[in-house]
Amino acid sequence: MIPTTKTKTKAYSPRPDEDEIMALEIKLLLQAIEFRYDYDFSHYAQASLTRRINNCLKKAQLNNVAEMIPKILYQPEFFELFLKEMSVTVTEMFRDPLVFKALRDKVFTQLKTYSRINIWHAGCATGEEVYSLAIMLKEEGLLNRSQIYATDFNNHSLKIAEQGIYKAEKITEYTHNYQQAGGKASFADYYQAKHGYAKMHNDLKEHITFAHHNLIKDQCFAQMHLILCRNVLIYFDKNLQNKVLSLFNKSLIHRGYLLLGDKESLEFSNQINNFETIAKDQRIYQKINYE
Amino acid sequence: MAANNNALYQALVIGVSAGGLNALHKILPKLPINFPLAIIVLQHRGEIVFEGASHNDFLISYFNNDCAMPVKEAMLGAKIKPGNIYIAPAKYHLLIEKSKIFALSLEPPVNFALPSIDVLFDSASACYKNQLIGLILTGASSDGSIGLKNISDRAGLTLVQAPRTAEVDFMPKAAIYLHTVDHILPLNDIAPFLCHLMQGDKG
Repeated sequence: MIPTTKTKTKAYSPRPDEDEIMALEIKLLLQAIEFRYDYDFSHYAQASLTRRINNCLKKAQLNNVAEMIPKILYQPEFFELFLKEMSVTVTEMFRDPLVFKALRDKVFTQLKTYSRINIWHAGCATGEEVYSLAIMLKEEGLLNRSQIYATDFNNHSLKIAEQGIYKAEKITEYTHNYQQAGGKASFADYYQAKHGYAKMHNDLKEHITFAHHNLIKDQCFAQMHLILCRNVLIYFDKNLQNKVLSLFNKSLIHRGYLLLGDKESLEFSNQINNFETIAKDQRIYQKINYE
Repeated sequence: MAANNNALYQALVIGVSAGGLNALHKILPKLPINFPLAIIVLQHRGEIVFEGASHNDFLISYFNNDCAMPVKEAMLGAKIKPGNIYIAPAKYHLLIEKSKIFALSLEPPVNFALPSIDVLFDSASACYKNQLIGLILTGASSDGSIGLKNISDRAGLTLVQAPRTAEVDFMPKAAIYLHTVDHILPLNDIAPFLCHLMQGDKG
């Protein structure tokens, strides 16, 4: 068998030029969005942003990104669709159960010393993890003195989160996660099943405020004891990651806690010296310095 | 090892699903320590249930024991360097930025797969263009076919495991069906082919 190193003879296809044009079109699109709607996507990680823009193109049956620009400018409802596509995400109740277990064992035990507890779930998407959090707070006897702010920049997701209604077919998986996360009761105690859907109980919702907040341009709004922001920073470039982490630092009380996503870490950020690591694998950090 | 931007190839992406552990074991340990490419392996995890992060650790330690090249997890934000084998983490899509760093995404499954081979191959080919080799191995999915075609469209080299040597031949067949791949290789010939190819590639 003799491998042939044939690529040198292979004609350089027109595709790379198309890539360059598309990169240019995306820059123009993002500028249009910023001028028109004041949403700045310029510090998003490029590869996944490009993917999502491509998905949006296919759904809208457009031939290229340039064709999307006038639709964005003239049709706010199309921009809503675009925003929705930008933030579609995979989530589940008690995603990474061991993280929730560590939160219960290592953070809630400390939060018990406070008479009021402010928690910010930044980038809550469709809300599965917010309800997971509320359930755990309830089991630890902390829910009544807790105020959870669940924010997202996608109004469509927020609406779903606020309703707290999820497909019943997922419940088996959620129940398994709940048990692994150290659930103390039965997961069925927290929802009402009806017509193939599970509706989360209102007493969980009473302590959650759902609100629009854009991490890229909006500011602190309260002093937090705990901030959860999982799998949001993965979409940002280094600069924007540092900017958002600095916002979290400012929003936390002294000794407040920060929980990041499974693959996100403070290790290579500007904040590395301002936080102490509480649980390395579960990405739980505690603030020790103001900036 | 210094990156050689003039080399014919800089990276090899491997997409593999059911039967992957055995297939990868016939390739990765046979590559020498000075193998000049960055190798990025995406193994579908759906069929094996592992809890939490331990699954990645298992794949990484399993191959580290037997491979001359260092094997590590493809970590968010890490710079891709030649001479390393990177394993895609479970539960996230793995992408490659044009600056040759790893990125992750949690968009819904693509071709029922998360991570998806197409997602990795598309972003890898946008980054490495004609300096990329794509390889599809055994699997019961059609994931990776479109990604491999994209690599071909950008003048990269495309390889597929010969279906008759695959534990599950669906994925190699799907890749071969979608476009004319450059080489269809029996499993045992893949490592020698890659070594031979690199010996001929002095940039």
